[in-house]
Amino acid sequence: MDDKLIIQGHEFTSRFILGSGKYSLDLIKAAVENAGAQIITLALRRAATGNVANILDYIPEGVTLLPNTSGARNAGEAVRIARLAREVGCGDFIKIECIRDSKYLLPDNTETIKATEILAKEGFVVMPYMYPDLNAARDLKNAGAATIMPLGAPIGSNKGLCTKEFIQILIDEIDLPIIIDAGIGRPSQACEAMEMGAAAVMANTAIATAGDVPAMACAFKRAIEAGRAAYLSGLGRVIEKGASASSPLTGFLEMDS
Amino acid sequence: MEHRIDHMKYLPDMEVIKSDILDEVITEMEAYDYDKYTASDVSRALNKDSVTPEDFKALLSPVALPFLEEMARKAQAETRKHFGNSIYMFTPLYIANYCENYCIYCGFNCHNKINRAKLTSEEIDREMQEIAKTGLQEILILTGESRKMSDVKYIGEACKTARKYFKLVGVEVYPMNSDEYAYLHECGADFVTVFQETYNSDKYETLHLEGHKRIFPYRFCAQERAILGGMRGVGFAALLGLDDFRKDAFATGMHAYLLQRKYPHAEIAFSCPRLRPIINNDKINPKDVHEPQLLQIICAYRLFMPFSNITISTRECERFRNNVIKIAATKISAGVSTGIGDHSGEKKGDEQFEISDPRNVDEVYKAIEDAGLQPVMSDYVYV
Repeated sequence: MDDKLIIQGHEFTSRFILGSGKYSLDLIKAAVENAGAQIITLALRRAATGNVANILDYIPEGVTLLPNTSGARNAGEAVRIARLAREVGCGDFIKIECIRDSKYLLPDNTETIKATEILAKEGFVVMPYMYPDLNAARDLKNAGAATIMPLGAPIGSNKGLCTKEFIQILIDEIDLPIIIDAGIGRPSQACEAMEMGAAAVMANTAIATAGDVPAMACAFKRAIEAGRAAYLSGLGRVIEKGASASSPLTGFLEMDS
Repeated sequence: MEHRIDHMKYLPDMEVIKSDILDEVITEMEAYDYDKYTASDVSRALNKDSVTPEDFKALLSPVALPFLEEMARKAQAETRKHFGNSIYMFTPLYIANYCENYCIYCGFNCHNKINRAKLTSEEIDREMQEIAKTGLQEILILTGESRKMSDVKYIGEACKTARKYFKLVGVEVYPMNSDEYAYLHECGADFVTVFQETYNSDKYETLHLEGHKRIFPYRFCAQERAILGGMRGVGFAALLGLDDFRKDAFATGMHAYLLQRKYPHAEIAFSCPRLRPIINNDKINPKDVHEPQLLQIICAYRLFMPFSNITISTRECERFRNNVIKIAATKISAGVSTGIGDHSGEKKGDEQFEISDPRNVDEVYKAIEDAGLQPVMSDYVYV
């Protein structure tokens, strides 16, 4: 099946983006393999230059690195971290995270738009993490974003698609891949996001903290594939509560009058 | 001690900032009557997604102690949600032990006849090189509290040196003004820890007899001045057991809570030092902080502010530390010496306190892995 995720000309067959920040390092490889993931996010601040527990040593070859700007509290800091990521050889992909709330880690859309504009001009493939707001998503697109990454729920919360209705609006209105980032706690939630028409799903905590990491990675992979297949097949019509009334209101109409 | 100065009055040169946090914390703490809470208050707190200050009070009350297992389980789930498997490693470096304060419980106090020393810039460099060889990337620079012997410039130079060898630099030094914190931030420090010791100002007055530390509100507002000076994060602690530990733990949590509400970007950390109860004491003192009470406090901090870092110090033993990182602590020190100049094998000055966990970096690293967790040397970028 020729169903590819295309991000600014880069093609991927997997629609599962794996986070890397919350794992025991020796499980990352198994997670990537079982997830069939082709993109893995990496906080630049975790990409240590030292030789002890350097996360870069644990990421399998051939996987596209998606460094993120976590730690940035505003656009200026995000831009600096992105440039640093490129300098240390993490490539041109950048996931922008601008967060100035240490409690919920909710993204600051305004700062994110500013950073997107600057980095897109510098040739980055910009993938902004954002709060699902239609106007902000339009601004991000106009600023040169390659995808939009709205949150389902706060990072690490495993609460699923709390923002479902608003994500659906982005999927319907924005002509870019919409990738659900943050909050996805179960394979069923990932599946639901894909059924809605999300282009991909990102998950980290749900897998990293599972009892059996490789098995959970595999479960997510299947759920995402199932959701995608359902979306492509066209979901059946949903009949709202209650059946149709037996005597139609329009039954009185006479065709030849 | 006839002429003790007024501990609530700022001295000249001490910056006064406009803040309601102190009044709020003290008012709340004084009103906190932990005996009025019931088991159902604790159950309710444990079944909530978001723990309020009122729930925090219940979790710290004596009636919550029988719920400790349940608290630990919930705390563990919260820790994993926010931190995954990560446990951060660091070491403190004592660069000087001169002190102008007279705190009656402290080994560094100015009337104690200990060997005093401060490291030269070459010695600091050498100590840091030694520490960096262990693989650590986070360092906490400490001094005794002497502005005269360890001035801000001296600490700043130590921070600059630290930035050569480490990714993350924190300071635990005497409280200073916001422009001085801004200077240390420019020198490479990004985290400031200040222990309030006790939030009961009457008790505080009887324990801190001389020196700048005697000025209770100036110390209390240090974290806020640090944030105003541009620091990324601040650490809080009461020395549990100095006074009523439940009230002190509550005040510590509220202090952090109100500061984070006022400055939502501020990163928050807790330390949990305690005075150990005297063993074989005839009667059990309800104010004693035994291991269960300490764990109760740590879990209560975790549930109240689930996103905060909690550091477990070498004051606690290997067994306690190995287990508490599985539950709620997210940061652990290793290869610790509180003496001056110890890392490069040329000790010049005496220790502040005896440590209970002498393990080196490799040993702690392995213990974290053995717990099924991931040692993390740095999760930070200086921007």
